[in-house]
Amino acid sequence: MPIEKEKILSVEPERIREKSRFVLDGMDISGHWNRMFEQRVLWGYEPDRLDQVTKLDGGESLGWCYQCGKCVGVCPVDVVGDYGPRKIFRKVQSGIDLFTDDDLWLCTTCGNCLRVCPKEVDMIQIMPAVREQAVLEGHMPPELQDAFEKTAKYGNPLGEPARKRADWTREAGVEVPILAKTKRAVDVLWWVECYPAYHPRGREASRALARTLAALGIDFGIVGVDEKCVADSQRLAGEKGLFESLAEDNVKTLAKYEFRRLMVTDPHAYNAFKNEYPKHGGSYDVVHYTQLLAPLVSKVEWKKTLAARVTFHDPCYLGRHNGEYEAPREILRAIPGVEVVEMFRCRQNGYCCGGGGGGMWLDGFNAPHLEERLSERRVREAVEVGADVLAVCCPFEVSRFEDAVKSTGNEGKLVVRDIIELVDEARGARQ
Amino acid sequence: MAADVAVVVEHLNGTIAEVSFEMLGQGKRLAAALGGKLRAIVLGRDARAAAEACGTADAVLYVEHEALGGFDPEAHGKALAALCAESAPAVVLVGNSSKGMDLAPDLAVALGVPVVTNVGAVAIEGGTIVATSRLYGGKIHAEVQVAGGRAVLSVLAGAFPAEAGKSDRPAAVEGVAPPADLASRIAFQRLIEPEAADVDITKEDVLVSVGRGIQDKDNLEIVQELADALGCPLSASRPLVDLGWMPKSRQVGKSGVTVKPKLYIAIGISGAPEHVQGMKDAATIVAINSDPKAPIFDVAHYGVAADLFDVVPALTEKVRELKG
Amino acid sequence: MNGNEPSPGETLMNIVVPLQQTPDLVEELEINADGTDIDRDAVTLQLSEWDGQALEEALLLKEAGAGSVTAVTIDGGEADAILFTALAKGVDRAVKLKPSGDAPTGLDHHALARLLAAAVAQLGADLVLTGVQSVEDLDGQLPVLLAAMLGWPHVSVVTGTELRGGAIAVKQEYSGGVMAELEARLPAVIGIQAARQAPRYAPVSKVRQIQKTAKLEEMPVEAPSGEAGLKIRRVFKPEIAGRAEILEGEPAEIAAKLVSLLKDRGLAI
Ligand SMILES: Cc1cc2nc3c(=O)[nH]c(=O)nc-3n(C[C@H](O)[C@H](O)[C@H](O)COP(=O)(O)OP(=O)(O)OC[C@H]3O[C@@H](n4cnc5c(N)ncnc54)[C@H](O)[C@@H]3O)c2cc1C
Ligand code: SF4
Ligand code: SF4
Repeated sequence: MPIEKEKILSVEPERIREKSRFVLDGMDISGHWNRMFEQRVLWGYEPDRLDQVTKLDGGESLGWCYQCGKCVGVCPVDVVGDYGPRKIFRKVQSGIDLFTDDDLWLCTTCGNCLRVCPKEVDMIQIMPAVREQAVLEGHMPPELQDAFEKTAKYGNPLGEPARKRADWTREAGVEVPILAKTKRAVDVLWWVECYPAYHPRGREASRALARTLAALGIDFGIVGVDEKCVADSQRLAGEKGLFESLAEDNVKTLAKYEFRRLMVTDPHAYNAFKNEYPKHGGSYDVVHYTQLLAPLVSKVEWKKTLAARVTFHDPCYLGRHNGEYEAPREILRAIPGVEVVEMFRCRQNGYCCGGGGGGMWLDGFNAPHLEERLSERRVREAVEVGADVLAVCCPFEVSRFEDAVKSTGNEGKLVVRDIIELVDEARGARQ
Repeated sequence: MAADVAVVVEHLNGTIAEVSFEMLGQGKRLAAALGGKLRAIVLGRDARAAAEACGTADAVLYVEHEALGGFDPEAHGKALAALCAESAPAVVLVGNSSKGMDLAPDLAVALGVPVVTNVGAVAIEGGTIVATSRLYGGKIHAEVQVAGGRAVLSVLAGAFPAEAGKSDRPAAVEGVAPPADLASRIAFQRLIEPEAADVDITKEDVLVSVGRGIQDKDNLEIVQELADALGCPLSASRPLVDLGWMPKSRQVGKSGVTVKPKLYIAIGISGAPEHVQGMKDAATIVAINSDPKAPIFDVAHYGVAADLFDVVPALTEKVRELKG
Repeated sequence: MNGNEPSPGETLMNIVVPLQQTPDLVEELEINADGTDIDRDAVTLQLSEWDGQALEEALLLKEAGAGSVTAVTIDGGEADAILFTALAKGVDRAVKLKPSGDAPTGLDHHALARLLAAAVAQLGADLVLTGVQSVEDLDGQLPVLLAAMLGWPHVSVVTGTELRGGAIAVKQEYSGGVMAELEARLPAVIGIQAARQAPRYAPVSKVRQIQKTAKLEEMPVEAPSGEAGLKIRRVFKPEIAGRAEILEGEPAEIAAKLVSLLKDRGLAI
């Protein structure tokens, strides 16, 4: 939201002083050059707005900003709008109420600003802390509220029935062991998460992954209907209580099963299991599916050459937040015929799809504040490097980018595929 | 006496609600099955005009009184109860509308007879009234048998054909004096007509929804004509809102609004999960899409796999023909 | 509508909001073994959608200074979760009703209304707001049955309320966006279709906090016996085709088919 006009008027007409006739030492020096500006008075300035943020647990670091501006250049939201911690700091300092301002919801918690900030101003702490207060006060966009409500009620933000969580397995073409039924220890417990279990495009990737795991002879199983959303994005969007209550449920569920490693399809779940669940009594040896498969690519029997120029989009919560950049690329490079090309923004400086930190459920709310969606911007970048395939490994991204391919008019030029779908296809297993 | 059927006719500003004709048609058949007569009941300040239009009934009883001017549930309830207590029909059909919701259970308690709500079918089996109620948003139906041979049935709009209830026959109208006591604790204040400017698509019974298949802003006219013919507003998928062709308030879906109309006509919409999330609970979904494999056909009840530019104008024409 | 402030000297009223627990339709419903009811063991219960609207409208009245709000539901099922959520949203009292006999089954609104009428009398309500309908309306909508048993006036399909002294002004919605404004003398039962604003969200942290600190009240209720006079012969799932029925032919033929289909179903034409 722009700051009110009055507050940024640099020259206030009534404070301009100019003598119409001015004689100094007998010399007439009338004219506009004797114009004087009185000191500007900031009014409507509320100094305690900043204190309200910095006194929150997690909000402290907003006060450390010294306006160097490094963050704005890397903020993916600023690329398509007007944003970044520096701007947020300044706006809050000069009186916007971040707790009710639309700006509160634009940050995707992508983490790129923190990477470059000399003062360690940490939006990944600040935003959830302020959002939590806003949510407690009942200020949140309706789309987000809907996702919270559905997560609380059904254990997934799509509002799908819990009983259908494992339905995708039916058409996998291989047996997907459900641990509640098989009741035996496994090497790999696969935590499927919501979009891979329910979203039609996510389900396709899940089936491809199931087939690949089976072909590699990996001893794996899924939880099935008792799995609930890991809810990391809900946490970052301000619903901490929801996250905690689901974390407690999930930790209890996981305690029922014996497994060596916990594999996730979703980088957001990866982040939560690795960095948040230990605080709630759950410590696991967690791997992203690309990390599990990368060391095994030499064992894959490739049956097809894909002959495609592929570019890879680093998910913020796998790359920047958790430092994994290589595993997905190793898999891509192993696929026969695939030529990997990098986009200008990649790895540490990877662009954000816009879905993180609750962005997945703020699409309509945020759109009017942006020139184009982050996903649309990213799709253009993929097209610019001449890629035929935009490869991803986060379940939010397939739906976001496919939609963006259509809306940017790039249908026929670019397709969006989860890495595992490419593997499945090159293995000749795709159905 | 206890073999007669009564239909409570609903009217507003001189127009009889379609459901009333549907009930008159069905009432006629029930009366025949019971070997009784069909009576229409019309209440109002000026009820006679509406009564005249109910030629299907064997008799039309109308009650006129100042207190029955606007719909006051208590005054209408009293007038209806008095009339039914006297004539003791076996079956009273009431529309399951706003007014009907206030009238039907109330009347049943007043007469001491059972009430069946959400009725979509009714039959007389050996003198017993058997009604089918559509429960759980229509997902489950319950077939119930009514004890005691008398019932109030609250009938769903669209359950029976209206044609059978329309007749050019002059109605045998009969004015009935209102009961002495029409005192009410409710006062009708005024009617509020909808403001044309702000359409709330979540409250509409019918929506014509348009997607990117329309291709060009100027082509919107084609679907607007269909919407006008049907007397409903347009809604849209997100791309049309993004393009600024439609206002944000008309966006159906995950990041728009969720709608549950009785009829949703999706034109040139592919049926992406984010769109489907906002309309899958519509009672009847019709999809028009040139791609026979479009996922919208997985949620639609009726599909037309053809070019919208051919089908929509033809449809508009047919609708206009029928509506006259 | 606005201006709900009670005039000076007016006593604050007690608004009672009965909350029904109904099956969640997102989950597939199954039929029980003898085919006369849904399989109650397999359903997930939730707060009836319209009751959530009634609760919101009651809270809006309270916030405008009307008085206190008491949420009640029959013990069992999701009662605790529903009532704690209601407390987190701001109701003053949350009461679990403990019927002396069997709790009414979902499809017997007559029994439910008798039970609630007794509860409302015990609680001393001035106004009852509840959902205008539920997905289980087989034998009449609850608010009207309840009003009939209490001998109170009632208005159904209400989308906005305002207190005016000893009366409540309501907007009753007809079809096609037409509405009527009515005024009902209190005490009254109002069947809410939609609150003036979307039901507020109860953040899980708030609900969890309340669960730790607040206690739900329990109230025994003795309901008179009675009969709805209906015998369920069978319940069944209507046949629904999986994929759309595709209409074929020339545009004009398709249009004719479609129009006659819609017409037969009483849709729009
Ligand atoms: C986070 C997120 C939130 C979203 N929220 C929403 C939302 O709230 N609402 C929403 O709608 N979308 C939403 N989307 C977008 C959604 O994913 C789809 O991209 C969008 O719904 C597609 O709209 P469409 O069906 O109009 O366009 P398309 O998918 O392009 O479909 C156009 C259809 O028209 C058909 N067609 C073309 N020409 C003709 C013709 N001559 N005659 C007949 N048919 C023709 C085509 O076969 C095609 O099926 C969201 C996406 C994301 C990622
Ligand atoms: S976390 Fe990302 S989106 Fe948020 S302010 Fe920093 S760079 Fe911008
Ligand atoms: S990089 Fe850090 S210190 Fe510099 S402007 Fe951004 S937030 Fe402030």
